[in-house]
Amino acid sequence: MSTMIRGVAASPPRRSAIGRREIASGLIWLLLLLVPLWLPAIGGYTDLATRILIYGMAATGLNLLLGQTGGLSFGHAAYFGLGTYGTGLFLIHVVPSLPLAIIAGTLLGGIAAVLVGPMVMKRRGIYFSMITIAFGQMFYFVAVRWNGLTGGEDGLTGFSRVPLHIGSRSVALGSTGYYYLVFGLFALVMLVVWQILRSPLGHGFVAARENATRLRFLGVAVERQIWASFAISGFIVGLAGSLDSLLVNFTSPANFQWQLSGEFVVMCVLGGMRSFWGPFLGAVIFIGAQDYLSSVTQNWMSLIGLIFVLSVLFFPNGLLGFIRGRARA
Amino acid sequence: MELMLLYSVFNGFIVGTFYALMALGLSLILGLNGVINFAQGTFMALGGYIAFTLEPYVGFWGALILAPLVAVVVGVVVERVLIRPLYGRDPLFSLLLTFGLAMIVEDLVRTIWGAVGVPFSLPNYLNTPLSSSLFFLTGYRLVLIAITVVVTGALFATLRYSRIGIRIRAGNADLETISALGVNIFFLRAANFGIGIFLAGLAGILAAGQLGLSPDIGSELIMPSFVAIIVGGVGSLVGSVLGGLIIGIASGVTAAFFPAAQEVVIYVIMAAVLIVRPRGLLGQEGLFE
Repeated sequence: MSTMIRGVAASPPRRSAIGRREIASGLIWLLLLLVPLWLPAIGGYTDLATRILIYGMAATGLNLLLGQTGGLSFGHAAYFGLGTYGTGLFLIHVVPSLPLAIIAGTLLGGIAAVLVGPMVMKRRGIYFSMITIAFGQMFYFVAVRWNGLTGGEDGLTGFSRVPLHIGSRSVALGSTGYYYLVFGLFALVMLVVWQILRSPLGHGFVAARENATRLRFLGVAVERQIWASFAISGFIVGLAGSLDSLLVNFTSPANFQWQLSGEFVVMCVLGGMRSFWGPFLGAVIFIGAQDYLSSVTQNWMSLIGLIFVLSVLFFPNGLLGFIRGRARA
Repeated sequence: MELMLLYSVFNGFIVGTFYALMALGLSLILGLNGVINFAQGTFMALGGYIAFTLEPYVGFWGALILAPLVAVVVGVVVERVLIRPLYGRDPLFSLLLTFGLAMIVEDLVRTIWGAVGVPFSLPNYLNTPLSSSLFFLTGYRLVLIAITVVVTGALFATLRYSRIGIRIRAGNADLETISALGVNIFFLRAANFGIGIFLAGLAGILAAGQLGLSPDIGSELIMPSFVAIIVGGVGSLVGSVLGGLIIGIASGVTAAFFPAAQEVVIYVIMAAVLIVRPRGLLGQEGLFE
């Protein structure tokens, strides 16, 4: 297997294209690293950039399942929401420790995905979507109805970003400090996803998308590939949710709602589901547009819906797919 | 105690008929059009609100007939303009599009008719209980059940015996072949979509008289309808009706005895069905596997 992959990687040397891609991703990392310096100058604020990183992380995690494995999940808000509640409840009821709370939220989202996985992995296409939507809604109602624990419709408050303890020093995280914490975890997630996509496991994901029947004849358990992809994406989205609750020190059932699940998918589609940076780019566009629209009009929900419709009709391959198509033509 | 149980089962049954009508429409569209119409819920809300607007002019019975037809007209236009370009493409896109559509229409409804719910007035003779011991048995609820039974029966008869019904069923089995045999599948899919929207619009009016109207009534009722299809089994219309009634009754009974779990219970049923019998109660084997 590994020789085959190496063979693919070594085939026709297109040095200029590869070089360009490396420069582009280097530029993205540099821009992200320096956000607190240049963003205020163009009218943004650091928390907005933090939110973009968080949603970009969630979209990248979802895309592992959606774009790479071809599992059309429309219910990933569930794992995001569980991440937010897991972190909030851990801070309130267990220990006020930032790293442990983040781990707790991530685990809650991820383990839920591990448990839901077997119930959806045997299904394909739209049926897969329908079941994931329904499971997403289940967690929504748990959050709404379990008043005593979750605060019901009003949401969960009473927790906040506690200072980070490094050795004997205690570091309070302001906007910029928290941005760099999220940035570090974002970089870690991107590295992990990059490594997965290069590994036999990642190639298995793509193979499950492209030709499940053939993969099955080769003796690969396709269901287990989809389960693995579902679980990994659940952990990543859970981590993103956890970080989001610490950004705003609040969470509510809205973090479980079908609109949010759809927004994750639209970020992937907008940026380009078949590219590594696509979902992140989609998150930049989407969160930027949302931030702007909600400040200028009350009817921003229909405008967001319009983004859904237009991106499907005119941008099915996403921005990166569009650019690549242009470059090829 | 028995009365309480009877009351809650009946309540659940009423809500179950809404789920069943919605699930039936969704199933039809899922089968021939290959689309999960997430906007089904908003078409339902639209039906209810149109009836609300028409009622002062044409009365309850007039609204009951006209409003679903108006919804169908809107639905067929949507199918022609937005959904038709997506046939044959990844189902992801049509689902995403109907997601967006649901958001747009819900927001429009909120802008036009207000964010707060509106009451839907029924004729007095329909609203009074038929007997004092069975206080939950109103004329409206009986009419509602009768209409649902008649419409569902007519739908099954149409699918079984009429030319277009037979073509729809044939198209479910193999669209390419019936296209090659000279059936206009574009018309067929549009008609099928229209029938699905008709059911949604009808459910909207019937539900408006029972539950009142609010902008998010559509997204509230569409989720259980998905569950109804999953429980009943994809590919089986009878299954969708059965699934709708089962989860409706389950939810109604739970609402009486353990209100906090009234919504969650239907998802527990869904999970149980997916574990024990993944294709659903009456589902076809091998569909979407």
